Amino acid sequence: MSRPILEVRGLTMRFGGLLAVNNVALNVQEKQVVSMIGPNGAGKTTVFNCLTGFYQPTGGEILIEGEAIHGLPGHQIARKGVVRTFQNVRLFKDMTAVENLLVAQHRHLNTNFLAGLFKTPAFRQSERQAMEFARHWLEQVDLIEVANRPAGTLAYGQQRRLEIARCMMTRPRILMLDEPAAGLNPRETEDLKALIGMLRQDHGVTVLLIEHDMKLVMSISDHIYVINQGTPLADGTPEQIRSNPDVIKAYLGEA
Amino acid sequence: MTRNLRTAFFSALLVLAVAVPVFGLKLTTVGIRVEVHGAEAGTFWIIAACAVAMFAWQLVRTRLAAGWAASPSLPTIPAGAGSFLTLPSTQRWIILGLVVVALAWPFYGSRGAVDIATLILIYVMLGLGLNIVVGLAGLLDLGYVGFYAVGAYTYALLSHYYDVGFWTALPIAGAMAALFGFLLGFPVLRLRGDYLAIVTLGFGEIIRILLRNMTELTGGPNGISGIDKPTLFGLSFDRRAAEGMQTFHEYFGVAYNSVNKVIFLYLIALLLVLLTLFVINRLLRMPIGRAWEALREDEIACRALGMNPTVIKLSAFTLGATFAGFAGSFFAARQGLVSPESFTFIESAIILAIVVLGGMGSQLGVILAAVVMILLPELMREFSEYRMLMFGALMVLMMIWRPQGLLPMQRPHLELKQ
Amino acid sequence: MPELYHYLQQLINGLTVGSTYALIAIGYTMVYGIIGMINFAHGEVYMIGSYIAFIALIGLTAMGLDSLPILMIGAFAASMIVTSAYGYSIERVAYRPLRGSNRLIPLISAIGMSIFLQNVVLLTQDSKDKAIPNLFPGNLVFGESTMNGVTVSYMQVLIFIVTFVAMYGLTLFISRSRLGRACRACAEDIKMANLLGINTNGIIALTFVIGAALAAIAAVLISMQYGVINPHIGFLAGIKAFTAAVLGGIGSIPGAMLGGLVLGVAEAFGADIFGDQYKDVVAFSLLVLVLLFRPTGILGRPEVEKV
Repeated sequence: MSRPILEVRGLTMRFGGLLAVNNVALNVQEKQVVSMIGPNGAGKTTVFNCLTGFYQPTGGEILIEGEAIHGLPGHQIARKGVVRTFQNVRLFKDMTAVENLLVAQHRHLNTNFLAGLFKTPAFRQSERQAMEFARHWLEQVDLIEVANRPAGTLAYGQQRRLEIARCMMTRPRILMLDEPAAGLNPRETEDLKALIGMLRQDHGVTVLLIEHDMKLVMSISDHIYVINQGTPLADGTPEQIRSNPDVIKAYLGEA
Repeated sequence: MTRNLRTAFFSALLVLAVAVPVFGLKLTTVGIRVEVHGAEAGTFWIIAACAVAMFAWQLVRTRLAAGWAASPSLPTIPAGAGSFLTLPSTQRWIILGLVVVALAWPFYGSRGAVDIATLILIYVMLGLGLNIVVGLAGLLDLGYVGFYAVGAYTYALLSHYYDVGFWTALPIAGAMAALFGFLLGFPVLRLRGDYLAIVTLGFGEIIRILLRNMTELTGGPNGISGIDKPTLFGLSFDRRAAEGMQTFHEYFGVAYNSVNKVIFLYLIALLLVLLTLFVINRLLRMPIGRAWEALREDEIACRALGMNPTVIKLSAFTLGATFAGFAGSFFAARQGLVSPESFTFIESAIILAIVVLGGMGSQLGVILAAVVMILLPELMREFSEYRMLMFGALMVLMMIWRPQGLLPMQRPHLELKQ
Repeated sequence: MPELYHYLQQLINGLTVGSTYALIAIGYTMVYGIIGMINFAHGEVYMIGSYIAFIALIGLTAMGLDSLPILMIGAFAASMIVTSAYGYSIERVAYRPLRGSNRLIPLISAIGMSIFLQNVVLLTQDSKDKAIPNLFPGNLVFGESTMNGVTVSYMQVLIFIVTFVAMYGLTLFISRSRLGRACRACAEDIKMANLLGINTNGIIALTFVIGAALAAIAAVLISMQYGVINPHIGFLAGIKAFTAAVLGGIGSIPGAMLGGLVLGVAEAFGADIFGDQYKDVVAFSLLVLVLLFRPTGILGRPEVEKV
């Protein structure tokens, strides 16, 4: 087995007296699609928030290719190639779709103040490339027709796709999707599945997924972690999870 | 009905409680004693009338509101005209027109008119600078006047101690203000919006108190006087040049006219405003301008995309401070005198009022607001003591009635060409 | 011994000033605790309170009612009633119409309100200092003499007593009464409180009124202690009290009390070390330092960011 791209050991998050995440461990190999499932309020999003630096975990280790990232502020973790979407889509609503994608490239652009002031050739070049990259991804997620519309006016499914495209602007290695299929109709969910497959195949992105849509999770994941009340319950391949009695009990309740 | 009656009665009482002691009774110093004098009977009648009016208003309010809801909405400005005026391209043309007027102004206006116009231009510059911080980056800076003071004192001190000329001092003053902006901003920009406002207010006051108390260096409350006026490539606008210098009127062989000096100062101010306008216009179309907007909309999303919010905010804070520094050094040059009392919190509040009134983020709005705010009190001298009162009331009313300002601007959108 | 006396004296002076800061700070902290906003006009409420106190004291004396208890009760009552009216009006005019908008907007409107009120008083009462003689002359002296000992004026004793009573009353009100419980519920979760049938608008108005009334108490005490007022005193008092509120942990009532005392003492010793003209710088610097290194203050709860 090669070295994991993401490794989490003993992750614990405590809010006052509440133990939201207890001793969670993850092991994600490159180009895998790994899912986290569990009932509502199980602490899945809290795990995401710890991984992306929005919360400082109370305990445990988070390693990206062996490098510890716990304790780093959110933007620095994002710069290490870990980016995420949000459960309740967080787009820049008053900016157009294409501007959303340009903002996300901020770090890769020529932000030299004087260059921008005098529109040097290097600056124009950099802006043009950013625009091309944005166009490329708008085509990939089928949003090219609405490129110049404010993001807030897009349909819900379009907003979800735009958020994923916006993540791709940062050239991530690990993409963390927080309930990407929530609120999508079956056709859109199929498209999403194809999109995730494409991200992995063509762009070498590792995907970490929180999702309630079991059909999607079972068909797409290489590995699944089940979390219940902040505590890891089980993990394994989709087949193993499907037949795990503890998981069935947690989901269906004590019979 | 009884409930309505009770509310109405209570509201009328409230009017009395608020108005009678403050408007009706006046503390007056007589000799060494303080006495309370009642106001004229008229004042009390007005207060009573207000209370009655409030009583009546509270009684009919709910019914009126219901009536309004039922009747078709009142005619307002057509939506099309409104959005036409807020388009960046429209506003750019209006600004161009204003610049042409501004260029012609000194050659037609009187000396006093040019002088007031210069003052307006200083506030335009300050308004535009603060607009970067408040309007574009969404950071409420209540200590903006501190950077203005840094700019002014930089030139004053350089001129006083080292005989440095205005043109050399101008970039130094900008850089000094920027440095202060950077050093003060760096630790505080992590704070949430309203904390930031108070901390910047504190910084502004600290700077002023330091200027007032470091008497050996800054001259204390008396400030520094005798600051040199700007020169035109070494030509002075004074009647007689200092040693080794030449005067403008001698060089060009024209008769000495003190108006030339006023016009020259005006043109420098205009030049600085144009520079500011140019920079802001470019900023809006640069990655950093987009980042400010994004940060204002959703800081969490920005962080998740690897953008460092502190650095982005700091750039706005520092840039805003730089323009205050320019304005400050020009102010020092124009007055020939700086003292700490020019840099009180009220000054910050006036600049903020200009930004708020004009429309956050809108250059044209800020220009017009500066004209209104500075010109009106000058025109209505007899009402000048009501100036701040009106500023305060305007700020409240604007926030309730039109928080986006009188003339907001839509941000220029980058289009993807199909 | 003189050294020790000197420090003790500073401590007592600091605690006196600090306890009045604490009274004003409660106005900030209660409003912040419930609607999460800074009532920028609170300092002006304090200033108006001191004008009303002066008017009441002088007016009553002129009417011949110059026995001390009547004067005191009259000043406190008049000042608290009028400032309460102002507190309520500020909430109605500058805050209620803006509920639910971007948080900078009510802050700006409150700044406008503050400028407006200050200028109303400037215009109606003019800008000159107004002074009254001390109503409680006399000191308690501990030690050998005023030069070599600790002096506590009767006025300082009065300030301690009144502040203590007011704080105790407030604590009882908040912890025992039905309205106090509603206040706590609103501070916890205002939306939920609203759903549970609490008149949240009423509670918000009530916090403005309580804050204003406490500021009035502070105003009466401080203006009697110093004997001089002008329309500009509200600004500085407001910032000082806000600093006290932040220092103690904004949103926390015991925090405001503690913060006020700490600030008062820090200021007294700061002025002693750096000179009186830097007294305000000490306060502002303390504000900046606290916000930088411990934005939740001494007793505040850390805020969890909702992602």
